Amino acid sequence: MSAILLAGFGGQGILFAGKQLVLAGMKKDKQVSWLPSYGPEMRGGTCNCSVNIDDEPIGSPLVTAPDILIAMNKPSLLKFAGRVVPGGTVVYDTSLIDIAVGRDDVNAYGIPATGLANDAGIAKLANVILLGYLIKKTGLYEKDFFLEHIRGSAPKSKPELGELNAKALLIGYGYEG
Amino acid sequence: MAKMLMKGNEAIAEAAIRAGCRLFFGYPITPQTELSEYMAKNMPKCGGLSLQAESEIAAINMVLGAASTGARVITSSSSPGISLKSEGISYIIGSDLPCVIVNVQRGGPGLGGIQPAQSDYNQATKALGHGDGHIIVLAPDSVQEMAALTAEAFDLADIYRMPCMIFADGALGQMMEPVDFEAVPVRELPAKDWACTGTGGKRVHNIINSLYMEPEALEKTVVERFERYKKLAENETKYEEFMLDDAEYAVVAYGITARIAKTAVINARRKGIKAGLFRPITLYPFPEKPLNRLADGVKKFLSVEMNMGQMLNDVKVAVECKKPVIHFGRTGGVIPTPEEVLEQLEKLAGGAE
Repeated sequence: MSAILLAGFGGQGILFAGKQLVLAGMKKDKQVSWLPSYGPEMRGGTCNCSVNIDDEPIGSPLVTAPDILIAMNKPSLLKFAGRVVPGGTVVYDTSLIDIAVGRDDVNAYGIPATGLANDAGIAKLANVILLGYLIKKTGLYEKDFFLEHIRGSAPKSKPELGELNAKALLIGYGYEG
Repeated sequence: MAKMLMKGNEAIAEAAIRAGCRLFFGYPITPQTELSEYMAKNMPKCGGLSLQAESEIAAINMVLGAASTGARVITSSSSPGISLKSEGISYIIGSDLPCVIVNVQRGGPGLGGIQPAQSDYNQATKALGHGDGHIIVLAPDSVQEMAALTAEAFDLADIYRMPCMIFADGALGQMMEPVDFEAVPVRELPAKDWACTGTGGKRVHNIINSLYMEPEALEKTVVERFERYKKLAENETKYEEFMLDDAEYAVVAYGITARIAKTAVINARRKGIKAGLFRPITLYPFPEKPLNRLADGVKKFLSVEMNMGQMLNDVKVAVECKKPVIHFGRTGGVIPTPEEVLEQLEKLAGGAE
């Protein structure tokens, strides 16, 4: 089972990234839940998202002891790194976080996701780059399955966004840290 | 039908439309706004009406008017907005009209906050508006159940001729889970021969009213209504039991809190604590009898809510002092964690009273 916490600023695509993990889980016939927590702002402010992907029915949808933490800013890493279960995984954006995870009992994987996104001209897709790195490091989903999933994630009216998501996913997956 | 990933708020709206409801009157408020949004988008597509009123008070009185014609009608709001609706709800109770009211609760009192809470329990189950009356209160604990209970709510409202509330919270409203709008059991519904639909000059006109100047006449209507509450309690009380067969410590929790408690119960079992969960699904009528029976077997009850202890009193009344009932809760928009509930269970199991 996977209890995943995604956290960062509002506007970074935290909720979208969480939703894609959940939708992919549904395609695999898993039990899933997605619970957002954010303030009244559209952008800025803090935002986090609890995601559960499990074979059993989900009890608490609130993730308080994540197996996986995806941290997209420094306050999120500071707040949530201590809550990750021993042996768990932390994936974080080193472009925006200049500190280490500070635990030796979790697997910490840093990737300059925002920098890579800017370099590739897909500035808003650091979230998907992090997902790419996540599935490479954890095997949460097979690469080809999730690539097809994320490619189909765009609304029908904007199919080009699906291609950009696929591009971002491959950047994250291909990153050699 | 394939499962759809939906927010709880959206699932309620879709379930209402599928239940044949074509009238939504509301006024936007966080954290229920997705419900209004879904209605605005989808009601016109099926020939329905979604109307943003000038206020909650206007919206609930539109519900009163629509319900008077026998139409299925729904309104939704969150805590402060429900308080505004309470006068109209009392009138609807007094007029014996069916309707569905959704409360996606947030922290209070006052304008409070926008995070999830269960602090309107007493308001919903004891006194939603003035006068000697009740509404049916259903507490779903998942997006799937939000859909199922919405369909149920319309049937119960029609059968018992009273408002029925979907009692949710900001977490359930905004969380996404897969939902399957499977065929809901078809219930036999009474004819709405009381509705004001125009007589065509062929029958005596119906009157929808909540004003009775003669005390004896008013008393008669209230007593008759309480007969219906009695039947409601006998026939429609719903609850879920989880790991209670050999339980020594029973957590009592509803809605999102029950989900958290369920995880705590599973973790307590792993630690050798014989815990179980009793989840009321109808908060009014409250499942008093099964809780009373449960009191013969367990050692202690832990009532968990997102408030300072409101259902606690109903649990105590149901248990009739047979066993101690202890409250644990967070409030103001804070969701209790499974770890916190487990800690309480450990305290119960380990310590003296």
